[in-house]
Amino acid sequence: MSSNQQVAQPNHGKLAGRLVLVVVAMFGFGFALVPLYDVFCEITGLNGKTNDEAVQVVAIEADLQRQVRVQFMTRNAKGVSWPFESQLSTIQVNPGVMTQVEFIVENPTNKAVVAQAIPSVSPGLGAQYLRKLECFCFNQQPLQPGERKVMPMQFYIAPDMPKEIGTLTLAYTLYDITEHDNNSSAEVAMAK
Amino acid sequence: MSSVTDQTLDHDSHDHHHAPKGLMRWLLTTNHKDIGTLYLIFAFTMFLVGGAMAMVIRAELFQPGLQLVEPNFFNQMTTVHGLIMVFGAVMPAFTGLANWMIPMMIGAPDMALPRMNNWSFWILPFAFAILLASLFMEGGGPAFGWTFYAPLSTTYSNDSTALFVFAVHIMGISSIMGAINVIVTIVNLRAPGMTWMKLPLFVWTWLITAFLLIAVMPVLAGVVTMVLTDKYFGTSFFDAAGGGDPVMFQHIFWFFGHPEVYIMILPSFGIVSAIIPAFARKPLFGYASMVYATASIAGLSFIVWAHHMFTTGMPLFGELFFMYCTMLIAVPTGVKVFNWVATMWRGAMTFEVPMLFALAFVILFTIGGFSGLMLAITPVDFQYHDTYFVVAHFHYVLVSGAIFSIYAAAYYWLPKWTGYMFDEFLAKAHFWCSLISVNILFFPMHFLGLAGMPRRIPDYALQFADVNQIVSIGGFAFGLSQLIFLAVIVKAARGGEKAEAKPWEGAEGLEWTVPSPAPYHTFETPPVIK
Repeated sequence: MSSNQQVAQPNHGKLAGRLVLVVVAMFGFGFALVPLYDVFCEITGLNGKTNDEAVQVVAIEADLQRQVRVQFMTRNAKGVSWPFESQLSTIQVNPGVMTQVEFIVENPTNKAVVAQAIPSVSPGLGAQYLRKLECFCFNQQPLQPGERKVMPMQFYIAPDMPKEIGTLTLAYTLYDITEHDNNSSAEVAMAK
Repeated sequence: MSSVTDQTLDHDSHDHHHAPKGLMRWLLTTNHKDIGTLYLIFAFTMFLVGGAMAMVIRAELFQPGLQLVEPNFFNQMTTVHGLIMVFGAVMPAFTGLANWMIPMMIGAPDMALPRMNNWSFWILPFAFAILLASLFMEGGGPAFGWTFYAPLSTTYSNDSTALFVFAVHIMGISSIMGAINVIVTIVNLRAPGMTWMKLPLFVWTWLITAFLLIAVMPVLAGVVTMVLTDKYFGTSFFDAAGGGDPVMFQHIFWFFGHPEVYIMILPSFGIVSAIIPAFARKPLFGYASMVYATASIAGLSFIVWAHHMFTTGMPLFGELFFMYCTMLIAVPTGVKVFNWVATMWRGAMTFEVPMLFALAFVILFTIGGFSGLMLAITPVDFQYHDTYFVVAHFHYVLVSGAIFSIYAAAYYWLPKWTGYMFDEFLAKAHFWCSLISVNILFFPMHFLGLAGMPRRIPDYALQFADVNQIVSIGGFAFGLSQLIFLAVIVKAARGGEKAEAKPWEGAEGLEWTVPSPAPYHTFETPPVIK
């Protein structure tokens, strides 16, 4: 045992090499946390993210006994000053009933731009029950100079939403991704 | 066995022949004692630099309103103060102690990878030169807090961020190399008969710390890289516009950040576990439980990170999970405090300066631990979050915890390093001035935080004025007290009463079997431990 420890000189490189592997693996793990985070949020429905692709239309039974209040908020990201608002600020809906709300965006500048709206729902746990069949946030929105665009959003509230959630707030933040769009369209494709 | 000894001797005599003098000796040194000294001097220098920034902060907060500095400069001071104290003072000080003491404690001739050791020190001054230089660029240095939350560090920062990222990368590489060296040394170079459960606790705690370092410093490197690419190369890790999420930054950062706080306290536990038995003249109570407690604190540190983020909006289950896991850490920590107290119980105690600092550590660190428990309680954390209560908490564990333990270690081993006893009067003056001023400085911060004063703001509401004035006076007093330490060190390095090989009557361990000052090469022939 004791002689083993003393003849260890040549083993330094081996052990150090293994430790370097751990370091490299942990560096990779740091980046692996990014997709893991998304998967975790998707499975658990945390984070207030809504579905980023249209849900399949299935026959669901409307719950006419219950009413849920849905509020709509719009805001512009830093540096964006385009008029962007919802036609309705709040609406009462029955779970299971399809509802359409329109949002209006305008490009007051004299340049063609590309806009991207990012939704967020609070309370976060309610996000998975707000199901969208159609949303302008699924795609990037090119806007010609001076163009005014009416963008529909269709959704229903899943009837199995927990009773304690009486109000859902759906907030859209509008981003200017014109430059993003030129640089890396692949990146934007991910940003539903 | 004998052939190995010969080999070691050959290697060392080789060093002797070519040992350069002057500056080149320090630049090219591969000797663990030289490198330990370099680390310690560097850490103390950075401690004074970071401390000077804290003085700017406290001077600005002496009165309400904006007096001395611009808010943007104030933010740079809080940011760089934090970065310097964490990466420039506490961590290099521990690495310096590890370099000096671990080979001598386990009967090894040097660190296992001496050339890498040289590198891991000498890249550090460059990292901090870059960080400090960024303060002088247009728009100033990093001003987003040492936690560099996105989007503050991505969207809203100036180009100093690039320098910040580069500096953090170098610091990380340095710590990782240091940690690898510590692990290889401890695993491969223990003297014959030095079995795992005979290792001094300082060695044990450093071994566990080194594993934490190689596990989380790469994650820090990853997250600063993501900040860099988000800012300059069009990625969207933390940018909602591109499908990313700024909250994810906090998750990744604190996955590094929480183990990091244990990196800054576990070696302290080792130091205090060496000093208290020496001055209580009793063996450490519960050695094995200390080892297991350290390991379990390290393990738990990976599953509590989100207690820094209770207010980001987590589901109830998450908040409860992180709350209970955090509170669970109090159990092994309590075991440690109990063991230290039990070691002193009916011991023949004397109160030399290292013991004074160790005792102050136990009491003040426990206060910091208790305020940590308060912060762990999710519902009340919503009130404490981002207030001076948090500032009080982490300064109690880091200043009167980690820094006090480093002082305890410095006084304990100083005779071994310099060969001279330090000036007892000056050292006691340093201790009492530090002890009193550190409490005037940080204790009232608890009340400021409970009353709602937010941290990282250069101005405050009028009702906080009196208490802030007291805090600032404590701050200036604490800052000045540290200059006494500088005087003690300079005096002890120049001369004084000759120290014996074992200047402390009750001290145990291999480091006391070599003469004081420790010869340039020790344990070229490994000692045999029975």
